Amino acid sequence: MDFQLSEEQTLLADSVESWLQDKYDFDRWRKLVKTDLGYAEENWKTMAELGWLAIPLPEAAGGLGGGAVDAALLAERFGRHMVAEPYVSTVILGAGLIQAASDAKQKDEWLPAIAEGKAKWAFAHAEHGSRFSLNETRAKATKTADGWTLSGKKIVVWDAASADRLIVLARSAGGDTDAKGLGLFVVDASGAGVARHDYRTVDNRRASDIQLDHAPVLAVLGDPADALPAVEAVIDQAIAFMASEAVGAMAALHETTLAYAKTRKQFGRAIGEFQVIQHRLVDMMMQVESARSLALLAALKASAEPKERARAAAAAKVQLGRSGRFVGQQAVQIHGGMGMTDELNVGHYMKRLMMLDTTFGNADFHQRRFAALSD
Amino acid sequence: MDLEFTAEERAFREEVRDFIRSSLPLALAEKTRQRIHLDKADFVAWHKILHARGWGAPNWPKQYGGPGWTPVQRYIFDEECASSDAPPLVPFGISMVGPVIYTFGTEEQKAKYLPRIVSMEDWWCQGYSEPGSGSDLASLRTRAESDGDHYVVNGHKMWTTQAQHANMMFCLVRTDPDAKPQEGISFLLLDMTDPGVKVRPIISIDEGHSVNEVFLDNVRVPKANLIGKEGKGWTYAKFLLGNERTGIAEVATSKQRLKRLKEIARAEQACGRPLLEDADFRAKVAAVEIDLLALEYTNLRMLAAENAGKGVGPEASMLKIRGSEIQQSLSELAVEALGYYAAPYEHRPDGSNQPPVGPDYAQGRMESYLYYRATTIYGGSNEIQRNIIAKMVLGL
Repeated sequence: MDFQLSEEQTLLADSVESWLQDKYDFDRWRKLVKTDLGYAEENWKTMAELGWLAIPLPEAAGGLGGGAVDAALLAERFGRHMVAEPYVSTVILGAGLIQAASDAKQKDEWLPAIAEGKAKWAFAHAEHGSRFSLNETRAKATKTADGWTLSGKKIVVWDAASADRLIVLARSAGGDTDAKGLGLFVVDASGAGVARHDYRTVDNRRASDIQLDHAPVLAVLGDPADALPAVEAVIDQAIAFMASEAVGAMAALHETTLAYAKTRKQFGRAIGEFQVIQHRLVDMMMQVESARSLALLAALKASAEPKERARAAAAAKVQLGRSGRFVGQQAVQIHGGMGMTDELNVGHYMKRLMMLDTTFGNADFHQRRFAALSD
Repeated sequence: MDLEFTAEERAFREEVRDFIRSSLPLALAEKTRQRIHLDKADFVAWHKILHARGWGAPNWPKQYGGPGWTPVQRYIFDEECASSDAPPLVPFGISMVGPVIYTFGTEEQKAKYLPRIVSMEDWWCQGYSEPGSGSDLASLRTRAESDGDHYVVNGHKMWTTQAQHANMMFCLVRTDPDAKPQEGISFLLLDMTDPGVKVRPIISIDEGHSVNEVFLDNVRVPKANLIGKEGKGWTYAKFLLGNERTGIAEVATSKQRLKRLKEIARAEQACGRPLLEDADFRAKVAAVEIDLLALEYTNLRMLAAENAGKGVGPEASMLKIRGSEIQQSLSELAVEALGYYAAPYEHRPDGSNQPPVGPDYAQGRMESYLYYRATTIYGGSNEIQRNIIAKMVLGL
């Protein structure tokens, strides 16, 4: 057993951290997320130049062929600095779905453009009424003489406003809740029949509700009636990424709170000298370390056989939800009034952790999923 | 023992309910349901409606312009207001400084300020916390120096709720820097329109504006505005904190929030059924409902003691701890119930009625969750409340 990073991995982690420390401090983040776009195209270009967008892509497509652990190293640092660029949407979900489901010609066409930072994608899966369940997909894909069209409504599609293309999970066959009958359909993000309502989210990201009305499909990824296994595999990879992102956010919160407890004085001494605060900081640390362990497990199992992969992802997501909530809330509490202010980073980390908990199903949802996959 | 309210109390409840039903504007109730930070005009409008009915200061005795209700009547009134989504009453005048003035103030102070509190001509704020003095309030540094028949006040107050609306502030200042911390503090009534007062907004994590920093720069306060004796301010501040102990549990508001939570969970679907029928979610709602029931009856037991003229002591800190924890749990579950629709956060401070992203009931839930993180911090953090119980009740 060996949890050591390779030399290349250490180099990657260090270079990501040093770029982010230089370019992505909290003051810049605050300005960035208030822009219309919510992130910087310039950063995206730099990420392409530094090879970050190519990390999990196959070498044949101009990628670096890195695994989920390499991506997780990036993710943890992204979490620590609350990086707002649409990495998960384009590189983990977009490129991930293309890799998992599409044919060789499509891969050749789309993946290099992603690695080069020239194309952005978003994944429309959620619907109101189905909560977190993917098989409850009601958006409809219909085959016409001119090809497929999509109708229905997708909600909270992260980064849709900045995407060129959307991958839409839609039903081509079967009943409303059947696991079979689902396909992945590509549409132009601002094309005919695609009405987007764009908005900001509580963690200062961008998302959209999308009404599809006979939207023409540009391409189908894989089997139009059996996409769910590929979707689950890619979502589990995204969960592994997000779990590490959450670890970065939690570790930053714990460090900030610890430093505050050592310097903030009340009753003539640092509040960190009070036992109640000491124990709370220890509990926070244990939550961070548990989340770190399961995030790592999810990354290491990201390409394992489906059940093993799914159990690891579900466990990591449950831990993310629980730990993120505890660490976020206690960081605010220990900072007192200061923790309640918009000008401190603490609340922003807390809000980001809440969204990481919700996306792709909260802790309850994944605990149930884990239980269903257990002996 | 008798769990029932008396016939008079039941009749009183009907009277309050009828009045609210006929006088609370629907738009105001709707706004209260959706928003944590109401506008000044909203608070004032509701206060004036109550004042016209003689209920401008529901917790006050008759001689100072209150209705002279018993603690149980006040409790019933709170419940009826909350269950109708009436705006919360602004506490700074009627619950905080008012009772201090009618208990410790001079006749001149009573005559000058009390009627203006009952009618809400003045908006008060509380100048207590400072950057270096939060939990350890007695370490406060704002100085008041004697200059003839005035004090000259210099200092920096923090977390001053609704100072942006206030024309008056009651504040704790240090008049004797050489005395022991608690003994050098005085209680002053300060005019916020003095040119030396600067208010700076603090935007909270929900992106709303309720709290402020207040800078006091050579503010001249007439000595006639000193409450009681110089150096006794800490005593009056403690009286103020202890005065409304049974109100701090927020039982009535939480009961209303529980009702709303169930409405959301009935409307949201999970696996083709209402979320409220999902076993896991239902169990969580039941758990907090039981917590709330326990708090309600603990509160009622203390209320009964208060009604019987027995003072409620520091054990009332329990109500603050449990009350705030329950408020947080309820707001957290409401956010959780929304699933993905907890995410959109389009802040519209102009109050425009652009349709919300997601269902109507999603409006304001995340905002409440975020702002309610403060309930375990303000008014003496829950850590401090536990210290109080350990020391004052358990003798540890």
